[in-house]
Amino acid sequence: MKWPAMGYARARSLAELWSALEGHGDAAQIIAGGQTLLATLAFRLSEPGTLIDITGIAELHGISNSGQVLRLGALTLHADLCSNPLVKAHAPLLAAAAPLIAHPAIRNRGTLGGSLAYADPAAELPACMVALDATIIAASAKGERRIPAAAFFTDLLQTALEPQEIIAAVEIPVTQRLGAIEEITRRSGDYAMAGLAATLALEAGRIVAPRFVYFGVGNIPVLAAAASRALEGRSLDKASISAAQAALTEDLDPPRDLHGPPEMKRHLARVLTERVLLGFLNPKVQAA
Amino acid sequence: MIPITLTVNGEKVSRHVEPRRHLIDFLRLDLGLTGSHAGCEHGVCGACTLRVNGKIMRGCLILAASLDGADVVTIEGLSESGEVADLQAAFVARNAAQCGFCTPGMVMTAAELLAEGGSPTRGEIREYLSGNYCRCTGYQAIVDAVEDTLRSRGATP
Repeated sequence: MKWPAMGYARARSLAELWSALEGHGDAAQIIAGGQTLLATLAFRLSEPGTLIDITGIAELHGISNSGQVLRLGALTLHADLCSNPLVKAHAPLLAAAAPLIAHPAIRNRGTLGGSLAYADPAAELPACMVALDATIIAASAKGERRIPAAAFFTDLLQTALEPQEIIAAVEIPVTQRLGAIEEITRRSGDYAMAGLAATLALEAGRIVAPRFVYFGVGNIPVLAAAASRALEGRSLDKASISAAQAALTEDLDPPRDLHGPPEMKRHLARVLTERVLLGFLNPKVQAA
Repeated sequence: MIPITLTVNGEKVSRHVEPRRHLIDFLRLDLGLTGSHAGCEHGVCGACTLRVNGKIMRGCLILAASLDGADVVTIEGLSESGEVADLQAAFVARNAAQCGFCTPGMVMTAAELLAEGGSPTRGEIREYLSGNYCRCTGYQAIVDAVEDTLRSRGATP
């Protein structure tokens, strides 16, 4: 279906963006890659007054490593996450997650910031940000605000962003932690029926500070506190895997959705837990 | 109306477009380039796949208005360049075009895989093409054609 009639404006700098947002008020809708937004327009799920195109704003581009944090501009493409050497070296979880997003033609235009701002609960990148303990850098005419990823996703398709505030970048701590992602989809490139993004450290064979984040099982990415507690300090073996699986009962309360009932989602979450943990035992284990 | 100047298949084009115009309608209705197909028009089927600034994208998920200064290559331009003459011959040899609706998008996507220069397995070819639907379900022959082209270009399975 064709898009609705609407306005279009390009912002070439943050200053231009703030003034465009001020001028258009509630009618304004920011567009970056547009790979979700434009599909929702075709379905009339949204009918913005004016699209404000931010893709030309230089401050929102770029990937850099300060030594402590990897900073990814909001306009980083999914394809960049797949192939950028800094991402591969310092956030291999993201390099592993990005190829699971849609298809090559979408990844060549879709952006990191767009995926996070849309906050689909079955998407990979929001869960990865929580697993990586990333910080979302929000920006508005009033300045910048730093929001921990775990506090950023507030409800179904809802985030902590204020009106007229955008994601400028994310910062990911540079650590030696390990990371892995697994998901179950009906078809390649689909949103996950259930997925798991996990990070942990292994010290002398013991699991330290695991962060297991499930997606597609609730309104937001779910940081599984009980499963993480069940793994803390233990060696990685059949017994600890079983303990984490059992603890998930406490962590997950998945709604029934078009894929199936809550118990099916819990089952998938247990399967993913085992796959991810067995993956950490594999010699090809990667750093987070 | 938004003024844009861009390059389409090597030619400079200047037009005024409505914001609601997507790239495929711009190409098909405004420029008469009907090789890129409008299928689902919400980013699922891949029939509208083309190159923007050297990378494949969904033409139905791009505002024509956003393309000021861009370089667009459609199946017409790609065919004329000769870059995929061997792939197109393999599509014919393998009978990989049935109704033909998905074929331009399939060729655009396969061209990017070929340009990456690796040695993808059959499974990796299928994964790369997984965003392009063939409603005739003729996938086997399409993957055969891409695989033949990879082999003839020297890729080792």
